[in-house]
Amino acid sequence: MKKIYSSKWKIALFMAPALLLFVGILILPIFMSGYYSFFDWKGYGPKEFVELDNYVELFTSDNIGFLKAFGNACILAFISVVIQLPLALFLALLLGKGRKGERGFLSIYFIPVLISTVVIGQLWLKIYNPEYGVLNVALRSLGLEEWTRRWLGDEGTALMAAFVPTVWQYVGYHMLLLYAGIKSVPPEYREAAMIDGASEGKVNRYIVIPYIKPILKISTIFAVTGSFKSFDLIYVLTNGGPDHATEVPSTLMINMLFTRNRYGMGSTIALLLIVLCFAAALIISAIFKERGDDYGTKRKNTFGLGKKKKN
Amino acid sequence: MARNERTLSGLVRRKRIKETLVYIVLIIWLLINLFPIYWMFTFSLKSNTEIFGENVVGLPREWLWSNYEKALKVGNIFKYFLNSTIVAVVTIAVVMIVALMATFALTRFFWKGREKMMSFLMLGLTIPIHASIVPIYVTLSRLHLLSTYASLIIPYAAFSLAMAILICTGFMQGIPFELDEAACIDGCGAFRIFFKIIVPLMKPAVATVSIYTFLQCWNELMFANIFISDTAHKTLPVGVQALSGQYLTEWGPVGAAMVLATFPMLIFYIFFSKKIQDSFIAGAIKG
Repeated sequence: MKKIYSSKWKIALFMAPALLLFVGILILPIFMSGYYSFFDWKGYGPKEFVELDNYVELFTSDNIGFLKAFGNACILAFISVVIQLPLALFLALLLGKGRKGERGFLSIYFIPVLISTVVIGQLWLKIYNPEYGVLNVALRSLGLEEWTRRWLGDEGTALMAAFVPTVWQYVGYHMLLLYAGIKSVPPEYREAAMIDGASEGKVNRYIVIPYIKPILKISTIFAVTGSFKSFDLIYVLTNGGPDHATEVPSTLMINMLFTRNRYGMGSTIALLLIVLCFAAALIISAIFKERGDDYGTKRKNTFGLGKKKKN
Repeated sequence: MARNERTLSGLVRRKRIKETLVYIVLIIWLLINLFPIYWMFTFSLKSNTEIFGENVVGLPREWLWSNYEKALKVGNIFKYFLNSTIVAVVTIAVVMIVALMATFALTRFFWKGREKMMSFLMLGLTIPIHASIVPIYVTLSRLHLLSTYASLIIPYAAFSLAMAILICTGFMQGIPFELDEAACIDGCGAFRIFFKIIVPLMKPAVATVSIYTFLQCWNELMFANIFISDTAHKTLPVGVQALSGQYLTEWGPVGAAMVLATFPMLIFYIFFSKKIQDSFIAGAIKG
């Protein structure tokens, strides 16, 4: 047995395609991006070595406005954490308690996640349309003419208007994760608390939420890194405009690469994005660890998906 | 006694009011989720005069199927649909084969550095797709591979690989080692064990990984938008985006294209909602 499963060349053969794909498309390009970030390069022709100029320019130039784009991404991350996640948790708690029709509600709440972001974006473009969009038409018919806006065209409202669909689309996603966690709470815990006279709110506060802390952590990481990376909806809705009001790092990166042909600068932004995402994931994990895991670490296989990880 | 009854009925009434409130909240959120989709369906069948004033949110008075004709003929939606399907199916096949092979080596074979290799591959769960855009674009354009199916399939497969291996590992570790031993005694080598025993038993993993990979590449916009510039290879998201640019003032055909892009997914979801949700949960919990 051991003999047939120790052959070196067979291991190499089975691992080779995965390693090739993984190293070639994921790992190597990171280093290549790192290398490009020290150059001024149009994507063709000679590369000019400029040391750290790209980094310096990125953080100091108002013309590029990276700090503003990063600030916008942070606003989106903040909104996701304080509005999207609590809303998802609230809905998941309502459904997870075991109500009539919970699966139906859950399945419908999840629909926006499945629809292509281009479709969602185009749809919201039409909802926001200043003349014919549902939003302004509704405001007008309610006699609130003065509330109507050029939602995506106005620098004051564009950022929030662009973020609403982003937040809206993924509430269902976080809700599904949290719901799965809530369903994995052993019913005895809930019953025991109920017998002791705990109200629904108290059960949620002291039993359910501490129990699903690992999922809350994952959701928070996804929400924050997802905000840093967000591209599709912003690209479709405003492409960073008007006058960079809704610029996020990804739209800035694409703009640098394919409008201004600044491949060095684009690579610099890409690299910073990776670093930011990793840093955010580490920091969030650390925060959750510090606040402790009330149920200890013995629970490993709670979510009914089988298969303990052995490594 | 009487007092007791009153408090009891009061309690029941309070509970009922509370439950009603909960359902009102749930239904409001339901409407917020469904309204945009309902609106999309209705305006895909309307003329501009209806959309722009007479009948903004109602059902279409005159069902204008010609919008769909325009989306299909002028907008090429069928072609884009086909392209998206080809890209998705081939990506799934590649991911599946590569992931099953790697997982076999990672869970069955004895070798030093196996665990390290696993953690190394799991880095892929956190690396954002942005990371590789410049080098891949430059490489593809040098190899003259831009605007081909392969220019999307290879990166999509690479970025789905880590999750596929993670899911497969879970399932493969669940296959008892005794089966391998029995096969070995019967004279099977590693390859025959892989093809005759392991792969057929991995069917549930294949479903989960396929759904996960499908959703990853079906809706992807950034790569598809940049790597594909000719109509013959555009995928659905890029096609819908292009069509909306073409029909800025006429919303009907754009709506029709959006419905055509969304509808198959929704039908699929109706039948497999549990399975689809599970593959999302598997992705997140394990990640």
